[in-house]
Amino acid sequence: MAITKRQVTALAKQDFEYAPAPEATDHIRIQPHYGLFIGGRMLEPHSKKRFPTINPATERQLSEVAEADAIDVGRAVAAADKAFISWSRLSPSRRARYLFRISRLIQERARELAVVETMDGGKPIKESRDVDIPLSAAHFFYYAGWADKLEWAFPNRRHRPLGVAGQIIPWNFPLLMLSWKIAPALAAGNTVVLKPAETTPLSALLFAEICQQAELPPGVVNIITGAGNTGSLLVSHPAVKKIAFTGSTEVGKSIQRALAGTGKRLTLELGGKAANIVFEDAPLDQAVEGIINGIYFNQGHVCCAGSRLLVQESIAKPLLDKLKQRLSTLRLGDPLDKNTDIGAINSKAQLEKIQELVASGLEEGAEMFQPECKLPERGYWFPPTIFTNVSQSYRIAREEIFGPVLSVLTFRTPAEAVEKANNTPYGLSAGVWTDKGSRILWMAQRMRAGVVWANTFNRFDPTSPFGGYKESGFGREGGVHGLLPYVELS
Amino acid sequence: MPTKNGGDRGSERIEVRKTYKQYVGGEFIRSESGRAYQPHGAVNVPRGSRKDLRDAVRVARGAFTSWSARTAMNRGQILYRAAEMLDGRRTQFVDLLGGGRQARLELDEAVDTLVWYAGWTDKLAQVTGTVNPVAGPYFNFTIPEPTGVVGIVAPEVPALAGLVRRLAPALCGGNVVVALAPEADPLPALTLAEVLATSDFPAGVVNVLSGRRGELLPWLAAHMDVNAIDVGGCTPDEVAAIEKAAADNVKRVVKMPAGERSPHLITAYMEMKTIWHPIGV
Repeated sequence: MAITKRQVTALAKQDFEYAPAPEATDHIRIQPHYGLFIGGRMLEPHSKKRFPTINPATERQLSEVAEADAIDVGRAVAAADKAFISWSRLSPSRRARYLFRISRLIQERARELAVVETMDGGKPIKESRDVDIPLSAAHFFYYAGWADKLEWAFPNRRHRPLGVAGQIIPWNFPLLMLSWKIAPALAAGNTVVLKPAETTPLSALLFAEICQQAELPPGVVNIITGAGNTGSLLVSHPAVKKIAFTGSTEVGKSIQRALAGTGKRLTLELGGKAANIVFEDAPLDQAVEGIINGIYFNQGHVCCAGSRLLVQESIAKPLLDKLKQRLSTLRLGDPLDKNTDIGAINSKAQLEKIQELVASGLEEGAEMFQPECKLPERGYWFPPTIFTNVSQSYRIAREEIFGPVLSVLTFRTPAEAVEKANNTPYGLSAGVWTDKGSRILWMAQRMRAGVVWANTFNRFDPTSPFGGYKESGFGREGGVHGLLPYVELS
Repeated sequence: MPTKNGGDRGSERIEVRKTYKQYVGGEFIRSESGRAYQPHGAVNVPRGSRKDLRDAVRVARGAFTSWSARTAMNRGQILYRAAEMLDGRRTQFVDLLGGGRQARLELDEAVDTLVWYAGWTDKLAQVTGTVNPVAGPYFNFTIPEPTGVVGIVAPEVPALAGLVRRLAPALCGGNVVVALAPEADPLPALTLAEVLATSDFPAGVVNVLSGRRGELLPWLAAHMDVNAIDVGGCTPDEVAAIEKAAADNVKRVVKMPAGERSPHLITAYMEMKTIWHPIGV
């Protein structure tokens, strides 16, 4: 029996009571404080300094982690440099064995990792459980297989590992970004010093335990915690041969500047302001799900988020009606609850940034829609938000918000959609929704972006190269292309 | 270097000398600044300005959409045509390069390089692209695409082959180019522009500027609408300055060795684009 539109609206308005379905945390053991993982052991930081990491959903402290200073960074790099001699000469199939082990250990400890990821970062447990952790394990599994097949990846060229790779990762997908960085580096024979983001260090420190469990040779992976200063110490350390950074475009540019003339290799995966383009012939219900997934996945803390919705004028109204209705059914709250769609904003600083940009949107004249949504009293929260009546010049249409905020613009012709979609210094991703195959390929060709999702959005896979055009960075992660930044060809 | 035919033979013919010009937007132009310099004594060469450089980037950007949309086959034919045109002017270029065996070898290399990359245009995606077996019901593939406007700083030597080694792969991938001719010996590069102008490259696809490198380089490196810059012909100090300026718009800095001849050099000026589509009924 068909459900009428009125019934749907009535359903959407109904306040469903969901029984809480919290994920258990009694099996989680977070230590009160952590050291630095250097040379295979947890060491006390030379700096003697520690800083708290909190659960953004409760503002409660989870642990205290070390703040690495110049001497700590030097120790980590020295450990990696020393380990490089034997690791790079280890037979490739042995390197592969370790990576396979790590992949399996991630799978075995998947639930623990998912819960810690959610507690430390605020993302819904269903996302860390179903996306972050399985993809992390898959990533190690994929690159494990490459370790002894590199000569097939680079025909007619000899490949050599680079040495110590310094890797700096963001807080939005902590363990997944760690995997994207460490797996290809190790497969190609490099050793690493990795610095997780200061608000989400715990899964990386659990990963240190996994390295120990895997009996990975000491120094092959080193994990140092700290903030921007620790990161720049790592970037400027003379024995580091390669830097891989994922984070903001602003910091990426400063790293590119800092490395000028040093001969160090660099890959950058930076910000985005992706267009998600919906044509009038698109299947609307699927498109609505894709738009929701595109911008509200992980509270919009996604560099490739579909933060600009470009909708063909003729269907703007029905699409927005559906979208607003769907928004009203999203459940915001305890990230550990299995029913939660929208978790906590990662940090107070990020919440303030979102609030500032949203205020600019109102000030510049955009219309804001937020569903009725009760925010928990403690923690950092922001309701899912849609801005309509947005002009391309508004800050909310130009700047990366990195929050659950969607800006809606309209277009009439495919050419106008292309023009507007590409009208940004970023170029990380784009989405296209249409039923017409030839138009999908026509649009995909014209998007100046490294990843194009057609009739889907925010899909990731270890075999699938990911990375940006223009100011979204350079280099690819994933797939055979993801090995290239970690080898010297001759 | 002006040709030496004419004078010595006691013939009364008075040579018709060539005015060397920059090549921008399909036209041969003097510098908008009106300036010239004399790298070889008697010959005046345009001393390009910051404005010339900006004009060249603007016309290059304008030519990008249609050039990158050409079929691979068509780009290959045009690069091959350039090889034909260059070979046809063999005597002139050997002369320009100082004559002798070394000059002939350099010309051979330049022609060979154009032919080699002409044959890559329609194989590149097959060799460097991938179909990715993702764990889900999606068709997923990765293809190389040109990055956009590429700045090429030609090495001082070899004056012709050095430029062609970088120009050919950049064009092969579908980029548009703004090239700086060698400062001390710009005539082969400026004459190469005449070859390119008669090889069916659309106007603006290749642009060749001449002048003081120190005057042009900072603007090329910092230009916000240049996507990549090849520094194969730069000194370490120049590279450091370029890399610093390049960060303003996250420019790709291509540093491959001068002798590199491989599909990796072509893709160094390219982006990898990955496309996902669901599989379903």
